[in-house]
Amino acid sequence: MMIRDFLKGLWRENPIFVQVLGMCPTLAVTTKALFGLSMGMATTFVLVSSGIVVSAIRRFVPEQVRIPMFTVVIATFVTAADYFLKANFYQISKALGPYVPLIVVNCIILGRAEAFASKHGVFRSFLDALGMGVGFICALVILGAIREMLGSGTIFGYRIMWAGFTNWVVMVLPAGAFITLGFLVGIFNIIDKKVKEKKQGSGGPAK
Amino acid sequence: MFNIFKNTFVKMIVALTAVSVVSGVSLVLVYNYSMPKIKVNIEREKNSAIKNIFPGAVKIEKTGKEEIFRVTDKTGKLLGYAFIAKGNGYQGEIKLIVGVDPEIAKMQGMEVIESQETPGLGAEIAGEKFREQFQGLSITHDVEYIKNRKPQQPYQIEAITGATISSRAVVNIINERIHEVRRILKGG
Repeated sequence: MMIRDFLKGLWRENPIFVQVLGMCPTLAVTTKALFGLSMGMATTFVLVSSGIVVSAIRRFVPEQVRIPMFTVVIATFVTAADYFLKANFYQISKALGPYVPLIVVNCIILGRAEAFASKHGVFRSFLDALGMGVGFICALVILGAIREMLGSGTIFGYRIMWAGFTNWVVMVLPAGAFITLGFLVGIFNIIDKKVKEKKQGSGGPAK
Repeated sequence: MFNIFKNTFVKMIVALTAVSVVSGVSLVLVYNYSMPKIKVNIEREKNSAIKNIFPGAVKIEKTGKEEIFRVTDKTGKLLGYAFIAKGNGYQGEIKLIVGVDPEIAKMQGMEVIESQETPGLGAEIAGEKFREQFQGLSITHDVEYIKNRKPQQPYQIEAITGATISSRAVVNIINERIHEVRRILKGG
């Protein structure tokens, strides 16, 4: 039963493809797969730690000030993540630029704190946040890999396109982010529909 | 009625204060842990950029004037000066390290240490092809950029196709800063 708390973030309630939350980092930093992965990991760290803390203090949080309190908790973890990246992964931190501090306003995080962590126990909140985080990482890495492959001819810095390949500059520009995301959401919906049809088919006569 | 209000009121203040204090203390700890490392990173980046510009550089010392460094080789001979130059690019600040010879007549080269130019276009200002044009560039005259032609004069560079604004920004930043540095060092 609890495994569902984790799994739903990967597919059924995927933050990018289904909930369409946190679009700012999703579109902005995915010019390269590595940036997508780093952004995803930083966000997951904030998501999981704030999920645990919010869930742990949920009984002491007066209803009226829960949003400012959650925001302070989230902002603390974001600042910590930002400093950590600057201290240990300086080049990645420079490439991500202002988008690390902007995790504060990533609606996935406040969304999970409000919708799940403030109503459930620590362990289930942890699983929920981890699932959402992993779902977010997967989406960002796929998006980054496609844009990097078509826009720069590489994935994670390894050349994979043939030598004469002309880079599609549009793919590293904002337009490329929208185009790729659109296709991915479309493909996601097709697969999801197919899976649901199959389930209905096997579960007795449909209609 | 009044009591309930007072209770929630106090509870709100206590809860918010508590969470803020804990947050503040943890941030101080994180800050103390990471700040020295961040300073080292910035310093290391600057030094490696200067060493790229001056391959024989051994000693990089501050001149005491703002962000200008004396670069000497292992015999103590002055190779030239390196300095930070920054200004507005197409999307945000561009920060360069510029190296010049001791007479401030020729550029040794430049390195981009910070920029938010368009990937694939303006970001090419950090690319080898654009940067190497600055090696040995004459700076007794203001640096100029020209488009789609090979440079005719020793003080000209060719702008990146499709990224004239970024190219122009780099040229302007360098010109402005060289004037300033010359004034500071030569007292002229």
